[in-house]
Amino acid sequence: MTTTPQAVRRASPRTRPAAKKAAKAAKAPAPEPATDPSAVLLPQAEPVRLIEADGTPLPARADYPEPPVEALRELYRRMVVGRRFDTQATALTKQGRLAVYPSSRGQEACQVGGVLAVRDTDWVFPTYRESMALVSRGIDPVEVLTLLRGDWHCGYDPTAVHTAPQCTPLATQCVHAAGLAYGETHQGRDTVALVYIGDGATSEGDFHEGVNFAAVFKAPVVYFVQNNKYAISVPLSRQTAAPSLAYKGVGYGVPSEQVDGNDPVAVLAVLTRAVAHARAGHGPFLVEAHTYRMEPHTNADDATRYRDGAEVDTWRDRDPIARLEAYLRARGALDDAAVAAVAEEAEAYAADLRQRMNAQPEVHPLSLFDHVYAEPTPQLVEQREMVRAELAAAAEEDGH
Amino acid sequence: MGATTMAKALNAALADALADDDRVLVFGEDVGRLGGVFRITDGLQARFGDKRCFDTPLAEAGIVGFAVGLAMSGLRPVVEMQFDAFAYPAFEQIASHVAKLRNRTRGALSVPMVIRVPYAGGIGGVEHHCDSSEAYYAHTPGLKVVTPATVADAYSLLREAIADPDPVVFMEPKKLYFSSAEADLPARTEPFGRAVVRRPGRDATLVAYGPAVPVALEAAEAARDEGWDLEVVDVRTIVPFDDATVAASVRRTGRCVVISEAQGFAGVGAEIAARVQERCFHALHAPVLRVSGLDIPYPAPMLEHTHLPGVDRVLDTVARLQWDDQPDPRWVAA
Repeated sequence: MTTTPQAVRRASPRTRPAAKKAAKAAKAPAPEPATDPSAVLLPQAEPVRLIEADGTPLPARADYPEPPVEALRELYRRMVVGRRFDTQATALTKQGRLAVYPSSRGQEACQVGGVLAVRDTDWVFPTYRESMALVSRGIDPVEVLTLLRGDWHCGYDPTAVHTAPQCTPLATQCVHAAGLAYGETHQGRDTVALVYIGDGATSEGDFHEGVNFAAVFKAPVVYFVQNNKYAISVPLSRQTAAPSLAYKGVGYGVPSEQVDGNDPVAVLAVLTRAVAHARAGHGPFLVEAHTYRMEPHTNADDATRYRDGAEVDTWRDRDPIARLEAYLRARGALDDAAVAAVAEEAEAYAADLRQRMNAQPEVHPLSLFDHVYAEPTPQLVEQREMVRAELAAAAEEDGH
Repeated sequence: MGATTMAKALNAALADALADDDRVLVFGEDVGRLGGVFRITDGLQARFGDKRCFDTPLAEAGIVGFAVGLAMSGLRPVVEMQFDAFAYPAFEQIASHVAKLRNRTRGALSVPMVIRVPYAGGIGGVEHHCDSSEAYYAHTPGLKVVTPATVADAYSLLREAIADPDPVVFMEPKKLYFSSAEADLPARTEPFGRAVVRRPGRDATLVAYGPAVPVALEAAEAARDEGWDLEVVDVRTIVPFDDATVAASVRRTGRCVVISEAQGFAGVGAEIAARVQERCFHALHAPVLRVSGLDIPYPAPMLEHTHLPGVDRVLDTVARLQWDDQPDPRWVAA
């Protein structure tokens, strides 16, 4: 990878008058569009797209080869199951089984595409909106929903599934990923870290510190921004004046790309390239996916206060699942029987989740003291004894 | 046995930890070639290479967050915050992740690390270089908070902090960096959770930590002229706190003054005073009193002398411990 000024630019002169001027001043011919995205820092002027919204394929491109059809069928399967999971989780909030649920409906291509682009031994750094990605990664959905059910914070063992706890403080995981990825490299392992973050979180300082640390230490991290257009209610225009969020990489010397986040084929193609770039030792890569949060921020939010239905409808027409299904059907890679089988699997998955979430979880008040330190301090031992006595007294009262 | 400084003892502790354990990494701002602005990391990069001791971008949240990730990968990061007040950008990382990851994951994921913070004043530093920030960390469950006052403790506590399974905020009193003492390194002193009686006495207990310990010892010496025989307890580890040693001392003496350099309101000194009062009420001949810095932003260098608790303020406070069994006139309503 080079970072010479010539390598930095990759823009059509039509959309980049400044770049055109710079090229003229240097009296160098405008470089041909590079085929290796690692060789340039700026994203392409338009998001990478490999199939149209109706599933029609676009001309093949050398920079982002289409993933194998088997991978696309798997992508489809997991997206369908993922959406069914998401719908079920929202339903569980209405039944009082979850305290809250932030849906990622409409973002299935990103949720699942990210997971499919990495290995099981790679690390994923999710936010609270990535429940779908986590179940798609094979983590037990009950463990994924522990946080939102409220019987503990993180329900899964991060070290067993190479997945950090879902991060609620925005963008803080960007720096953790840089450290983890660098630490893995330091110990001779070729682990890649994949960070999911949203558009709002790119305004947080830790996003910048994370990308910068990863760049300086050449840590193998893919920063994957799902630009779903809203940070709760605040629109993208209040987060940035940049042409797009992918442009934030250039300032850190990090190659970046933007992709149509509702084009599952393009998302997987771009992320596959980004992960390969990181794993090859070229340092971090920033990907921005343009997508849309179809549901409110959470079930507790009222999205009608800040966006109108017509806007949501335009995104309904760009549904990533219908898009991939149409494409695979046209290719002869998916038929009615396969679609029905996936739908059936999704229903069974939801039914199992529903049934398991209907069981009231057991919580143990004395466990509050278990994991504050490796060994409780004398003060915690005292407090535990106090709580134990309170519980014993309450139990005795109940007995009378 | 030879005379050495706290700075050299800290340096030796880092060097020995790096030599003993390949997982230990030392990093931060200016800690590499320069050896740190206080030279605590002097020579470490030359000896262990720039993969083990290195400079980072100038971003404290980044440094601590990077350490979280390194700890997740199985390494043992030791980071330096250049000055107390410059650690504040890292506070979210410390409070939300460093302190909580073990708890959030039911013990599945721990992030053992040491965050070294040169703290407190008395060195003529300009603003933002002299804060006593220990209470912020001590108020955060999941962190251990340690502060040495002697050369031997500096070495021993830092080695223990690096080996500890929990994250440790290691508060280094700047004004003691170049204090010198006979110390046989590698020293091993009392473990975490143990306060130490630095000077035995019968009449009252002075409880102090970090930069206030030498002040307490000096005051105890001076108090002999007033006829008071004062005991001095060095807290050493604010978290975990050694209630037993402190309370045993106060039960013996019946009087207690808690000394901290930090501003007093809602501080560690207040916590200690409350704990002593809860445990020793019937042994006390006088209310537990506090001597602390003033409740003001840390002052400019030419005024810091008035702010810092010194021997005179300590002795004035000891004088108010109701030696004549009369109520403190300060608290009697007019």
